[in-house]
Amino acid sequence: MARAAAELAARASYGRLVALLAAPTGDLQLAEDAVSAAFEQALLTWSEVGVPDNPEGWLLTVARNRQRDVWKSAAQRTSAPLDERLSADPLRDVDPLAIGDKRLELLFVCAHPAIDPGIRTPLMLQTVLGFDAAEIAAAFDVPSQTMAQRLVRAKRRIREARIPFVVPDRRAMPERLPPVLEAIYGCYSLSFADRRDAAAPESLAGEAQYLAVTLAALLDDEPEAWSLAALITLSLSRAQAQRTHYVPLDEQDPSSWDAALIEEGERYLRRAGGGVPGRFQLEAAIQAVHAARRKTGVTDWPALRTLHEALLRVAPTLGAQVALAAAIARSDGPDAGLAALPVDAQRFQPYWAVRAALLAETGRAAEASAAFDRAAALTKHVTVRAHLEARARALRTP
Amino acid sequence: MRYTLLLHYPEMAGELDEAAMQEGQRAFAAYTAALQGAGALIAAEVLQPSTSSTTLRQVDGELRIQDGPFADTKEQLGGTVVIDVPDLDAALDWARQAPNIAWGAVEVRPGAVYTVEGEWRPNA
Repeated sequence: MARAAAELAARASYGRLVALLAAPTGDLQLAEDAVSAAFEQALLTWSEVGVPDNPEGWLLTVARNRQRDVWKSAAQRTSAPLDERLSADPLRDVDPLAIGDKRLELLFVCAHPAIDPGIRTPLMLQTVLGFDAAEIAAAFDVPSQTMAQRLVRAKRRIREARIPFVVPDRRAMPERLPPVLEAIYGCYSLSFADRRDAAAPESLAGEAQYLAVTLAALLDDEPEAWSLAALITLSLSRAQAQRTHYVPLDEQDPSSWDAALIEEGERYLRRAGGGVPGRFQLEAAIQAVHAARRKTGVTDWPALRTLHEALLRVAPTLGAQVALAAAIARSDGPDAGLAALPVDAQRFQPYWAVRAALLAETGRAAEASAAFDRAAALTKHVTVRAHLEARARALRTP
Repeated sequence: MRYTLLLHYPEMAGELDEAAMQEGQRAFAAYTAALQGAGALIAAEVLQPSTSSTTLRQVDGELRIQDGPFADTKEQLGGTVVIDVPDLDAALDWARQAPNIAWGAVEVRPGAVYTVEGEWRPNA
């Protein structure tokens, strides 16, 4: 009972408490340690005396005392005069009954331009969601020790360079929001990244969705933030159907998709509004068109082609180029699709996967089979590779 | 919180004409005036070319004095600006306005300790 209450509080409160405790001094490590200690204390105390009326306020008080103890002993160790920031408790005015939400500030700190892009997503996972370094290392496929060191270094940098816990103003927002969106998108991409271990990533998509929805709700009126929430939610609606083996999107049975998540994603996309669509709004719209097949039974390929063309203009990537070629093939035939594929993508797995499928449609079995082999060799994803190898085999046996 | 802006840029002194030099000096004057007006300026210094530098170091316990800069790179440390601002965002805002951003790099380095009348104080 106490454990269940603590876990619920953990999910809802961890990031809020860390953000609140770290904001005045920028000391994330100390804030995390204090909050973790408070949760441990809660497990002991709550099981004896029951869960308090205001669990989050209780946790904040305990964590704050913990933080204060550390400051005091640090001041005793060094004979240097106590820093002004530390002698006055920066949180003495915080009402434990009305805890504000500083997670938005924390997200902007994690994806600050002065923080290495490669560590932004891990920082979010650790400070906002409370994952430990070993779990994050597993998700990123790097040694635990390496990830722990990189996280410690980034947090030290936040404190020592004094990166402020503030939400950028309107003027700075266009420059500062994209890296935050990018870092959350990075968390989501991990869930379908090429990797041998397929177990961990699935939950990461859920965490990315939580971060994206949190960001969008806290910002309230940023179209790209709502679009990212929509994109991840709509993609998640198909995750369950893909659990055991890979099925290409067109061949999936739409009745296996999660209707509630589709509806939720569509709601977020509507919140994004109708201005000039950005990259994530276009990607979310593409997902919404695919998801609509659950209701209509058909895929609107001309609409997809238009969206992919717009996406390529906004975000000219190799991936967008390959996706557009696939959409062109649907409206103009496989030969048109093959002609639209980029020329310099020999090491890009999606290029070979799309090329192979289109070659198969034109009846060039030998070429298609070889292309499927290339695509299979370039992926580490077990279920995807099994699917591609099966297709290559099928083309070799007439 | 004190930050030192380290201004790195290629040394073009001999190659610039008088008008370009004056333009650069005007830009630096306007920049430091803005810093002063905002109450953020502690000190600023533009250095002579690194060809006039002398570098000392101890090699195997023996002092070596050499002409030239510490590191012979294409871009050299050409000046420093010490500012006192609330946080890194404010420091970055000033750094992006530094005139040499157009032809070099600006490194923003937080200070650790500094002296006041010979006494060391922690940066805060």
